[in-house]
Amino acid sequence: MSAHASHAPKRSGLWDWLTTVDHKKIAILYLIAGGLFFLVGGFEALLIRLQLMYPEASVVGAKTFNELITMHGTTMIFLAVMPVIFALMNAVVPLQIGARDVAFPFVNALSFWLFFFGGVLMNTSWFLGGAPDAGWTSYPTLALNQYSGHGVDFYVLGLQIAGLGTLIGGINFLVTIINMRAPGMTFMRMPMFTWSSFVTSGLILFAFPAITVGLVLLMFDRLFGGNFFNPDAGGNVVIWEHLFWIFGHPEVYILILPAFGVISEVVSTFSKKRLFGYSSMVFATALIGFLAFMVWAHHMFTTGLGAIANTLFGLATMLIAVPTGIKIFNWLLTMWGGQITFPTANLWAVSFIPTFTIGGMTGVMLAIPPANYQYHDSYFVVAHFHYVIVGGLVFGLFAGLYYWWPKMFGKMLNETLGKWNFWTFFIGFHLTFFPQHFLGLMGMPRRVFTYLKDQNLDVGNFISTIGVFGMTIGTILFLVNVAVTAKSSKRAPADPWDGRSLEWSIPSPPPEYNFAQTPLVRGLDAFWIEKMAGNKGMTPAEPLGDIHMPSPSFLPFLMSVGLFIAGYGFLYHNYVVVVIGLIVTFACMIARSVKDDPGYHIHEDEIEDKGVKA
Amino acid sequence: MATHHANAVLPDEPEKATLEGKNKILGFWLFLGGETVLFGSLFATFIALRDQVNGGPTGQELFELPLVASATLLLLTSSMTAVMATQALHKKNLKQIQVWLTITVLLGLGFLGLEIYEFTHYVHEGHKISSSAFGSAFYTLVGFHGGHVAFGILWIILLQVSATKKGLTVVTAPKFYLASLYWHFIDVVWVFIFTVVYLMGMIGGKVG
Repeated sequence: MSAHASHAPKRSGLWDWLTTVDHKKIAILYLIAGGLFFLVGGFEALLIRLQLMYPEASVVGAKTFNELITMHGTTMIFLAVMPVIFALMNAVVPLQIGARDVAFPFVNALSFWLFFFGGVLMNTSWFLGGAPDAGWTSYPTLALNQYSGHGVDFYVLGLQIAGLGTLIGGINFLVTIINMRAPGMTFMRMPMFTWSSFVTSGLILFAFPAITVGLVLLMFDRLFGGNFFNPDAGGNVVIWEHLFWIFGHPEVYILILPAFGVISEVVSTFSKKRLFGYSSMVFATALIGFLAFMVWAHHMFTTGLGAIANTLFGLATMLIAVPTGIKIFNWLLTMWGGQITFPTANLWAVSFIPTFTIGGMTGVMLAIPPANYQYHDSYFVVAHFHYVIVGGLVFGLFAGLYYWWPKMFGKMLNETLGKWNFWTFFIGFHLTFFPQHFLGLMGMPRRVFTYLKDQNLDVGNFISTIGVFGMTIGTILFLVNVAVTAKSSKRAPADPWDGRSLEWSIPSPPPEYNFAQTPLVRGLDAFWIEKMAGNKGMTPAEPLGDIHMPSPSFLPFLMSVGLFIAGYGFLYHNYVVVVIGLIVTFACMIARSVKDDPGYHIHEDEIEDKGVKA
Repeated sequence: MATHHANAVLPDEPEKATLEGKNKILGFWLFLGGETVLFGSLFATFIALRDQVNGGPTGQELFELPLVASATLLLLTSSMTAVMATQALHKKNLKQIQVWLTITVLLGLGFLGLEIYEFTHYVHEGHKISSSAFGSAFYTLVGFHGGHVAFGILWIILLQVSATKKGLTVVTAPKFYLASLYWHFIDVVWVFIFTVVYLMGMIGGKVG
């Protein structure tokens, strides 16, 4: 339409980052914010382990210890690893399907800012009278006013705001993957990372509303005198357990599926082979997504739902080992006979396989209800879920970051530092969590702030804490690597790894419109097919022409600030503040609805100036 | 940028004419999927707690069929008028859209008025959010629905006002379509509330 502005609005510096709707920049925002929260959560873990290094130590004390374990779990799950997953999804998915952006760029920015302000709100609790201290699962009655401090209100409100951001992010990626694929990119030609992002987004859509309801009920009980979880007035605490785990179990697959996707990409690229059993991988991913909603009560075996319920949920849980096993064997068979090289990305990916398998095996052990009664609430469980979440997901995220760093930032991470980063973290990880299996079997309960000496717990705890130093050094080395890489002037080529999927067919980092011409996809591993056919790049599916882009906007930031303000209003029962905050948010929504965004065009000649040829 | 005389060039099914429009419709259906889980969780909570009256009035004592039936009648009729608005959208007739949406909004306001009257009435009889688990579950479920109705009314009014300036275009058409989709969704939720909360509540006694 003629009314469209023809030039990109000139924005720079901070203002550019606050208003951007470009998925590649939002990916970087997610990575920075998620990375910062990862450091906060990691620091909390370090303090936890220092407290437990020696028996009857008093490094932090019992009250702070409760706050630390609560905030460590909550921060790591909601504010560290999920945002980094969203960072990779934002950076990679639109490129892998040959799209110029996500379906709703404005909503994408809103997702980020909601998560960010929700996380900040929760973490300010440390300075405003104490952090949440009822565990990351926040079970009532422990989480009710009588037994917990003001901190739990921060948990309830912060997670609602952050969760809203995650939910709309999930919808955004579902629509992007369904509607925005390039010509020829059928579902069964999509790279595995895109497939796993697709299933993860579906899980987010159906899992997050359940926790939202749980948090609303808890908020009503804590702030407005509700009685959902107050047994004296007829309330029922098991409702919280159900709602939390109907969300909570799919959540662990929301976390691990993208890691599975990363591993599939990395292992196949560095084996120089097409992924073994692609269709069975897709099937396994979808099946895990489906089963994810059938198993939540295995977190509640000791609640007393009865033998029949426990048996069925136990069996359903064991079923998940089947599609997961399919994946493990497919990765092994992908490597079988391949020309395997081991840059840092592949070290993370290959070490993921045995580490995750150990975590999966203890998972099957925990799925047996009578055995679960023995392991329940012990360090065996702590060891299990850290093997899948750190040894699985965090390894996968590191693999993904080393693999896609050149695509995201245009520079390669240093390989020498990368290998030091890997080995210190890898050894530190096993040193930390392997002994915890045995601590649990010897009877050490979760969530205790200390233990007595000479109960066979001293050595295990000491080794475990030493391991954390290894992971800390590994993390610091990663930060050093990022700094060294940022200072280096060496540019990354478009296709540094001899990659197979579409993101490697465009420059590193890609121009703001990604593809000058939408590519035509002729099969699985679309870019690899063209390379093998001797073509220089993708065949375009459209003539070169003007490209329409969405305008940057400050509204997503303001909308999130509004909810942030309203959150504090609720926290301090100041309803004037609540109303002010909500007015800010609704005014932004009205402004967005009334004022259409015409966007702007990038002209054909400007496209050629930027040198699209790889 | 758009004129009031754009109808002549407006394509058929203008809500799906652009990729943006198609994305919005798909995204909104998915959003409604999430909303279904949200209300499903609230219904499950309500069913688990509906007999826990804590010495206060029971549903059997509180609920009055004529009032709730009138509210139901208003809301179900508004769903029909929302369909008429979508029909008018497909005929590309903005004037008709405005008329049908105005009727929809009025019926929605009538429903909300009855609900507010009902809630104040219950509070006087000692049925409050803080009086029992039943009270908490009742006000949260029915209140969440009422909040959705109120949001829908404000949204439709906003669309109507801005459409007087913008006219019916491929940008505004998806918005009308989505608002009507949303309206049907909250009507469907009400059908379940009417059945599970009120009708089953009036039968009284423990079910099952």
